[in-house]
Amino acid sequence: MTEASSTRVGFFTDTSICIGCKACEVACKEWNGVPSALQADGGFEFLGQSYDNTGELGADSWRHVAFIEQKGPAERADGDGGFRWLMSSDVCKHCTSAACLDVCPTGSLVRTEFGTVVVQEDICNGCGYCIPACPFGVIDQRRGDGRAWKCTMCYDRLRGGLEPACATACPTKSIQFGPLDELRTRAASRVDTLRAAGVVDARLYGADPDDGVDGMSAFFLLLDDPEVYGLPPDPVVTTRDLPSMWRSAAAAAGALAVGVAAAFVGRGRR
Amino acid sequence: MAECHPVGFQWVMEAKLRGATVIHVDPRFSRTSAVADVFVPIRAGSDIAFLGAVVNHILENGREFREYVVAYTNASAILSEDFRDTEDLDGLFSGWDPATRTYDSSSWQYTGGTDPTLEHPRCVFQVLRRHFARYTPELVEEVCGVTRDRFLEVAEALCRNSGPERTSALCYAVGWTQHTVGVQYIRTAAIIQLLLGNIGRPGGGILALRGHASIQGSTDIPTLYDLLPGYLPMPHAGVHPDRSSYVAARRRTVGGWARVDAYLVSLLKAWWGDHATADNDFCFDHLPRITGDHSAYQTMLGMLDGTVKGYFLFGQNPAVGSSNSRLHRLALAKLDWLVVRDLVETESAGFWLDGPEIETGELNTADIRTEVFLLPAAAHTEKDGTFTNTQRLLQWHHKAVEPAGDCRSDLWFTYHLGRIIRSKRAGSHDPRDRPLLELTWDYPTEGGHDEPSAAAVLGEVNGFGADGSPLSVSTDLSADGSTSCGCWIYCGCFAGGVNQTARRRPGSEQDWVAAERGWAWPANRRLLYNRASADPAGRPWSERKKYMWWDDEAGRWTGPDVADFPAAKRPDYRPPEGGAESEDVLAGTDPFVMQADGRGWLFAPTGVVDGPLPTHYEPHESPVANPLYAQQSNPVRNTVARRGNRYNPTAGRPGADVFPYVVTTYRLTEHHTAGGMSRFLAYLAELQPAPICEVGPELAAERGLVHGDWATVVTARSAIEARILVTDRLPALQVGGRRIHQVGLPYHWGTKGLVTGDSANDLLGLALDPNVAIQESKAGTCDIRPGRRPRGPALPVLVADYRRRAGLEADE
Repeated sequence: MTEASSTRVGFFTDTSICIGCKACEVACKEWNGVPSALQADGGFEFLGQSYDNTGELGADSWRHVAFIEQKGPAERADGDGGFRWLMSSDVCKHCTSAACLDVCPTGSLVRTEFGTVVVQEDICNGCGYCIPACPFGVIDQRRGDGRAWKCTMCYDRLRGGLEPACATACPTKSIQFGPLDELRTRAASRVDTLRAAGVVDARLYGADPDDGVDGMSAFFLLLDDPEVYGLPPDPVVTTRDLPSMWRSAAAAAGALAVGVAAAFVGRGRR
Repeated sequence: MAECHPVGFQWVMEAKLRGATVIHVDPRFSRTSAVADVFVPIRAGSDIAFLGAVVNHILENGREFREYVVAYTNASAILSEDFRDTEDLDGLFSGWDPATRTYDSSSWQYTGGTDPTLEHPRCVFQVLRRHFARYTPELVEEVCGVTRDRFLEVAEALCRNSGPERTSALCYAVGWTQHTVGVQYIRTAAIIQLLLGNIGRPGGGILALRGHASIQGSTDIPTLYDLLPGYLPMPHAGVHPDRSSYVAARRRTVGGWARVDAYLVSLLKAWWGDHATADNDFCFDHLPRITGDHSAYQTMLGMLDGTVKGYFLFGQNPAVGSSNSRLHRLALAKLDWLVVRDLVETESAGFWLDGPEIETGELNTADIRTEVFLLPAAAHTEKDGTFTNTQRLLQWHHKAVEPAGDCRSDLWFTYHLGRIIRSKRAGSHDPRDRPLLELTWDYPTEGGHDEPSAAAVLGEVNGFGADGSPLSVSTDLSADGSTSCGCWIYCGCFAGGVNQTARRRPGSEQDWVAAERGWAWPANRRLLYNRASADPAGRPWSERKKYMWWDDEAGRWTGPDVADFPAAKRPDYRPPEGGAESEDVLAGTDPFVMQADGRGWLFAPTGVVDGPLPTHYEPHESPVANPLYAQQSNPVRNTVARRGNRYNPTAGRPGADVFPYVVTTYRLTEHHTAGGMSRFLAYLAELQPAPICEVGPELAAERGLVHGDWATVVTARSAIEARILVTDRLPALQVGGRRIHQVGLPYHWGTKGLVTGDSANDLLGLALDPNVAIQESKAGTCDIRPGRRPRGPALPVLVADYRRRAGLEADE
């Protein structure tokens, strides 16, 4: 993904100002017609993971707000033994090097003109290769449907000149949408401000173009280690080693072919 | 605020990004606490001890904004020699009548003298000082469970951030009002803000975050039994036989209430038009009279007693949302007829089929005679109208889509119901039909459903002058019958015949006050009492907090807002001895123009039935004995002694230990109040699919409660079950040498919708604030035990057993 980098857009999710209202989850489902998590028995599952009953990103949850109750750093001046409640709205990262797209055999997964990665639902045949390929566990097969689903960054809205539904609904601007370059600059400045104010653990996740997925279109400002939020600390595109693997495989196949050919040749001689 | 008002909370977050300190005081660590700079966990029901200690801290350390206090509050007023404080009478004020459980406020009055040095022993300032002298940081620790260091951090932060250069705002949600001392909570906040000079100035104030959209509007043009539009009291049978007695009782010689006759006559003209003439007292006798307490809870009790036969519910779900909701369901079952207008079939519409009492066998569907009419309502997106927010800002909303099927707006329903009833009584000569038949009921209708024009209604509310043109300001209203106005405080919202509430000029295209977006009552004033934003000489207190000031050259008040003061009244104006009327009685330095003395009231000589100063009383049900006074709870609180509303014994009474824990109820972001707008929508219902009870780890260990399992919460009224969240967000508190555990209960669930569960309001009793008849739903006592509750008839057996153990069986 280099040719369209001048127009590449993304999300900067600043978890330091997230209030966990889940408006992003609801707006996403409303706009995209994502099914609710209605169970076969007509009920919903109570998870009790703090205030989170969504659980994780999946075919039917393209935004997911995590709630982490934490006996955090004692120096925080909130006066109850350093307790804090972290909230963070997770989403597809729209990786620069996207393994889901690499492995898709049908061409259903594509890179859009906005630099995002989108599943074309009318092409997906439900092979499921993309699902283990994602280093974040984002993309998922829908039960009873079989096809793969995930955040499109509201491709239809972007085409229409609108911002994605989640960013539009976010009341505190925790989810910011815009040109990726601008967002990265803004995020770096926000981290500096927070650190200067004593929030020493503030850090960006996914903003580095040199990381294992060559940077993400959706990146985050976190207040603790990524693992705390359920994010892999050092994600690597799962197809990174594929070329060398294919080279090895090709060499092995070549050697085998030579051996087989030699056997026939030998026989012919006889 | 983040929890229940996430959209409005964006402005708090914006202020925080600009450097504001956000302090959150709450029994539970909520979404607001998560982003606050300081969180203070407090025992539910102890706020006056906390706030009173802030008052004491200000006074003892000389942190009051002295010039503001002397000039703009009643601090200097000298009180009657007969006044006795709660400090003198062990928790009672002078004037107490134990027989009627009421106060006679005659000993609370001013003598007429003042002492601007604030040193006279009977001046309000010194009375205030003595009243709160025992409200120390140590007392806060003992009563509220807040450490003194934490308390001092908050008190100092408030003081530091107030004064000529800075202001602080206090924001509360209706949780502050839902106590037997709810009005006095707000009074204590007002005392703090007046002492610190935070009223009438930008960035200051006390902001009431209401429970729903336009609840402000529903008190302005009220759904309250005791008010007419614009806070005119409802006439009382016997007390107000005619207009002159009504006006004499309400009229003040000073301030805006001097024109009450003009407001009333214009209202009567709006309602009865040409039929209202000077000869017939402008149809004053067409107004219904009240005879006592007709509040929602009293009405429910009337149903139980058979005196109320029919009931309308507009978007209200008392079977889930009102305290002692079980009693409400039993009451609905006694009605002849019930009309429910709602978006969905709520529990209040379906109590007779699958309510909890059907399961327990207390009600039998076949025996319920109530005829229920469920009429589908249009949502706000399906109709025109206004919302009035907490800033008194009216904002017009346009219909986006036609309501589906038979859904209709409340305006449509009310208009056509009135039209049909009028047609049925047409030609009647019965005097009782005159108020109905003489009503102005001629609103233009639009569209295929004959929807009345909401704009026409707003035009009537705004009012018309003698020539039929729309009025611009309430000072143009007249008592001679030449003007009409449906709500005097809204006069001007249709000025010039233009719907001012529909203005949507973006903030980026105007100054920071943004006076051209929507319309704020009164007179598009964005900040009330803004005369106080300038010093007595009319100069801004500081450049930083400049708002309205006196322009001597122009001879008028100026600034980005509309002055809440006669525009040309000089700061050095002094009223003539006698002879003046209305605003002219007040000096150029009296900013509180609706008060008879023009001052902010630290001490309230009238208007509050449970005392001129806030005093710490324990909740009606409390595990803690009042350490300040022998008087345990508010002596004037309203209680309801009847079967189905037994009270848990409070501290010191036998059986109190049967209900050892504090219980408080609240809302979650994911749901809306009684759930009618959220439990029936999959995208919202799935986010909080089950009723929960939140407990701290210590209580969980004490009672064997396991995270994710079920618990049963019990009071003398009922028992409910909920999924357990064991969380540090509800910490145990150290209160007066013991551990106090609090159980947090969101109250959104019921028997209907996509997600169902028991209603927390089943647990709560009716103990009410005596001023406003609001229930104490934020602080009570309970027991909690692991496991699900018994089903069917075994449920009332369990609750009866608890009552027996608590010694309440004698009341059965």
